Amino acid sequence: MAPLPLQIINLCAALMLLLSFAMLSQRRVLTLVDLFALQGLVLSISIGVVAWNTGQPHLYYSAGLTFVLKVVALPLILHRLIRRLDARWESETLLNIPTTLMAGLLLVMFSFALAQPISELATTLTRGTLGIALAVVMLAFLMMITRRKAVTQVVGFLAMENGLFFAATSATYGMPMVVELGVALDVLVGTVILGIFFFHIREQFDSLDLSHMESLKED
Amino acid sequence: MNITGVTAQCTEIAMSVAAAPLLLGWVNQCRAWLQNRRGPGLLQPYRQLRKLFHKDAVLAANASPLFRLVPYVEFASMGLAAAIIPSLWTGLPFGAAADTIALVGLFATARLFLALAAMDIGTAFGSLGARREMLVGFLAEPALLMVFFTTSLIANSTSLPTIADSFARHPLALYPSLAFAGVAFLMVLLAENARIPVDNPATHLELTMIHEAMVLEYSARHLALIEWSAALKLFNYACIGLALFLPWGLAQGPADPGGLLIALPATAFKLLLVGAGLALIETLNAKMRLFRAPEFLATAFLLAVLGLLVHLLLGS
Amino acid sequence: MMTGYPTELIAVTALGCGWLLIGLLALARPHSVSWVARGLFPLGALAGIVLTGLALAALHHSAQTLVLPLGLPQLPLHLRLDALSAVFLLLIGATSAGISMFAAGYFRTGEGTAPGLLALQYHLFLASMLFVVLADDAFSFMIAWESMALSSYFLVTSQHRIAEIRRAGFLYLLMAHLGAVGILLCFGVLQGGSWQFSFAALRAAHLTPLWASIAFFLALLGFGTKAGLVPLHVWLPEAHPAAPSPVSALMSGVMLEIAVYGLLRVSLDLLHAQVWWWGLAALGLGLLTALYGVMFAAVQTDMKRLLAYSSIENIGIIFLGFGLTVVFQAFRMPVLAALALAATLYHCLNHAFAKSLLFLGTGSVLHATGERNFGRLGGLIHRMPWVAWLVLAGTLAIAGLPPLNGFVSEWLLLQSFLFTPTIPHDFINMLLPLGAAGLVLAAALSGYVMVKFYGIVFLGQPREARLAQARDCGRLERLGLLWLAAGCVFLGLIPVQMLALFSRVTEELLGASLGTLSQHWWLLAPLSAQRASYSPVAFMFSIVAFVALTLLTVRLLYHGRVRRAAPWGCGGSSLTPRMQDTSEGFGQPIRQIFEPFFRLQRELPTPLERAPHYRVQVEDRFWFWLYAPAAALVQRIARLASVVQQGRISVYLLYSFLTLMALLVLVL
Repeated sequence: MAPLPLQIINLCAALMLLLSFAMLSQRRVLTLVDLFALQGLVLSISIGVVAWNTGQPHLYYSAGLTFVLKVVALPLILHRLIRRLDARWESETLLNIPTTLMAGLLLVMFSFALAQPISELATTLTRGTLGIALAVVMLAFLMMITRRKAVTQVVGFLAMENGLFFAATSATYGMPMVVELGVALDVLVGTVILGIFFFHIREQFDSLDLSHMESLKED
Repeated sequence: MNITGVTAQCTEIAMSVAAAPLLLGWVNQCRAWLQNRRGPGLLQPYRQLRKLFHKDAVLAANASPLFRLVPYVEFASMGLAAAIIPSLWTGLPFGAAADTIALVGLFATARLFLALAAMDIGTAFGSLGARREMLVGFLAEPALLMVFFTTSLIANSTSLPTIADSFARHPLALYPSLAFAGVAFLMVLLAENARIPVDNPATHLELTMIHEAMVLEYSARHLALIEWSAALKLFNYACIGLALFLPWGLAQGPADPGGLLIALPATAFKLLLVGAGLALIETLNAKMRLFRAPEFLATAFLLAVLGLLVHLLLGS
Repeated sequence: MMTGYPTELIAVTALGCGWLLIGLLALARPHSVSWVARGLFPLGALAGIVLTGLALAALHHSAQTLVLPLGLPQLPLHLRLDALSAVFLLLIGATSAGISMFAAGYFRTGEGTAPGLLALQYHLFLASMLFVVLADDAFSFMIAWESMALSSYFLVTSQHRIAEIRRAGFLYLLMAHLGAVGILLCFGVLQGGSWQFSFAALRAAHLTPLWASIAFFLALLGFGTKAGLVPLHVWLPEAHPAAPSPVSALMSGVMLEIAVYGLLRVSLDLLHAQVWWWGLAALGLGLLTALYGVMFAAVQTDMKRLLAYSSIENIGIIFLGFGLTVVFQAFRMPVLAALALAATLYHCLNHAFAKSLLFLGTGSVLHATGERNFGRLGGLIHRMPWVAWLVLAGTLAIAGLPPLNGFVSEWLLLQSFLFTPTIPHDFINMLLPLGAAGLVLAAALSGYVMVKFYGIVFLGQPREARLAQARDCGRLERLGLLWLAAGCVFLGLIPVQMLALFSRVTEELLGASLGTLSQHWWLLAPLSAQRASYSPVAFMFSIVAFVALTLLTVRLLYHGRVRRAAPWGCGGSSLTPRMQDTSEGFGQPIRQIFEPFFRLQRELPTPLERAPHYRVQVEDRFWFWLYAPAAALVQRIARLASVVQQGRISVYLLYSFLTLMALLVLVL
């Protein structure tokens, strides 16, 4: 029987994957943001557990930062954005949901297979979760590919970052603090800039549907 | 196989059969409360059954013997399922005769017979209901089996009482794969028991009904048996869920009389919670369009498969 | 143990010759239905029952061999009867007994080929299948294999006046020969330079892994073509419906399994070293076949085509089990390999019984109504109760429901899938358990298909007025159906005994037996009772007892009054049979969900049309991806070759002359 912290981290990993799939199958934009916030919560819990287990104080800061940024700040910003843009529609998908999920399943298998040799090199207790972290990144990518609306793309981008962060903490017990701060700032700035982009896109096309951007292509 | 075992087995079946309408009544009562209604009371399903049993049966002119046989087959399958599922005891004699795969097979048998009966009269609604039911079934059945697969791999056994036993007696461990399996199972439970969001048990709105469309031609005692077995099906699914995900408090074998004193209130309490939770889910969700049902079930199936995959990756 | 005198083998050989004799006797009075059908076919059925007994007896002895000094002087016929052959002889005997009995009542005058000729072809077909199973050298195997293909070709085209049937027959013959070439090449590779073609020599030959792999895939190609493995399946849904129903039953129920026998013989007996990715390939193809078959079965509108696609599905499941066997064997887990092989063999037997039963049932329906199209059937349970109730057993068996036989083999297969995580290979142990998900999906979909089949044909209201004249089948046909239906139930109830029989095969081929079977005759527990157990007898008994108890209780406590009334007409006028779901309607959800797999052609009426017309046609994508380009390629090559065609005799003679000269130069 594995020690309790490891079990909790494994559970968190599974929950993150579950939430990724939930996001992949979700059509409503607001629910999508809520799911993203939930994923952030799971992530910060898992970082907290890693911190507690390894006794590295900087991981506590990192957990707190994740919580503030991904559970409180970013979802708030996104909610406000969506309300201001009046973009509460169901987002259309390019593929139908079961096919997307099927593709997601294949991606998960692919990333598990990919992570197998790497995780054998890792020495940390939680190396088994590396495959899941990779899968979370890939699923977020898949979500960005299959959605048409700009808001979902941002959520996908942020979820991808979640996966990367999780990989970092679970496989190597965290990156240096400076890097984490930098990444956090990047994400924040990225979201703000994308928010500004939304307004421009909407001004230009009267819609947030990205397929309109095809008309920008020069023939 | 001894006398106590057989007695305990029969007691368990009898209690499941007797208590099943009560669970349904409780769910309906909770729904009524949540929707600010007074509700018909806990015993309403019993009153309904009693009334139906006393009526004269009206059969369609071209109903075949199959049509008359099916309610009994339904009832018997659900009763037999109650014998396989450990609701009070684990280690009952019938547990060896059928494992989880056989249990899924049993549910499939019941579904297939009901669909055939629905097609027997040859009304538009009957065949429509049969088609939709089979559509729900062919996705829900694999999802359920994959849930069982995951738990079987953890417990190294496909027998449901053994799985429940090994989960209950082991030191507390968190199984991430069970998170997936649990969500998938919940979705299957909703779909298989014709609950919102897949089907609405209270509607006779023609375009959306699944289960009700199939049993439209049944009346009186046949309908009573069908309704009773539907209640028993819900009860069985709830007990499967409890055995897999909250197995604590089950009595270990019929030779353990003290265990029953804990098991009975424990199971009753857990079922109360399950019923309330079910009512909450049904109140919070709206019924899906029928086209979305395959999507919902495909998601359940994939989640169950994913649970299996996570189990294989993390080894737990 | 008796090793000396091959009693059973001689008896079986004699029986095969007996079938040939019956066929020849039919020629004595080829146009007399009473002579052929009432006299000879029951005799053939009797031979089938005797064969069953002989096969059972042979399973309790070690392998027997016999060399018959027939054929070419240097090439005597080698025959061998071992456990694997015995199991398939059992299959041939038991299934053909029911089919022949049915055929005795089925064949009538005025349908294509004369009955006598038909009986000759039929018994030749049976005998050649028997000799395929007995053959112990490549030559006799190929001879038997080819005569099986030819006799079945003639049977398929027995109504050769219909162009569609001639085309189906041609396609069948073409594919059969493609397969035969694969098998021939496979034997060529297997001899490994010794140029000895007896199976004993092939077994002793040592092949490099590369050549062994080539041999395996040639065998997979050859036998897969015969068995209907996707993408080599295209002939099957054409040929099986075209044949008369007893022949369809024989082809679907027996011949496909004989192809499986060939594959088992080559890959598990002749090739001893297994490589895991062979198994993975077979498993993947099996999974594809199972899902593809059942998906197409769900959208068919012709009942025999539906059954043909369902056969493809079952073959897929069988290949799945075979692939799993090879994988387990390659990873040196012989007990698990034995479990998977037993599941495979069991499923062969189960499919033989259940599918023959269903095909014979469609035969009865066809005779009674003249219809194969779902759109013009319905409500036959009232007119043909015997057929309807007996076919119900086959329906439930194919749908894989307990306590019938189809469930047992799927149960065993799932149990062996549950062990795949223990395979010592990091990726395979994650990939394989997902195969179980596919298998379960296919099994669940086959339930959908069977509801469609049974519900539309036998239940509901008759969709055509003339169905009211439909008559139930005759006594001999009933007997045949009853035999097969009883087989479905019986095989479902005695898995422990069957596994004991299959254990002989696994000992012989894999060196492991399912020795730790349960102590109880009624409890199936393949590895340990703690792990998994299933008791069909208790299951069956309980469900029957429960139904009886419920029935009695309801009767005792309440009245049993019944009123008959018209079905509810939705508040309007009465319902017409036209308002029932059609087979297209029943297939619609499947068409929608799996749309990318189908090639759909749909004509929808506009709302303003006076005479609305709806048509939907589902086509096989493989035909257009694989076969149409291949055919076009052959055409193009043929056109290139036509340059040499001059039309003048002297030029042709010149060709012959030049060839002769060239050969002489080469040889001398």
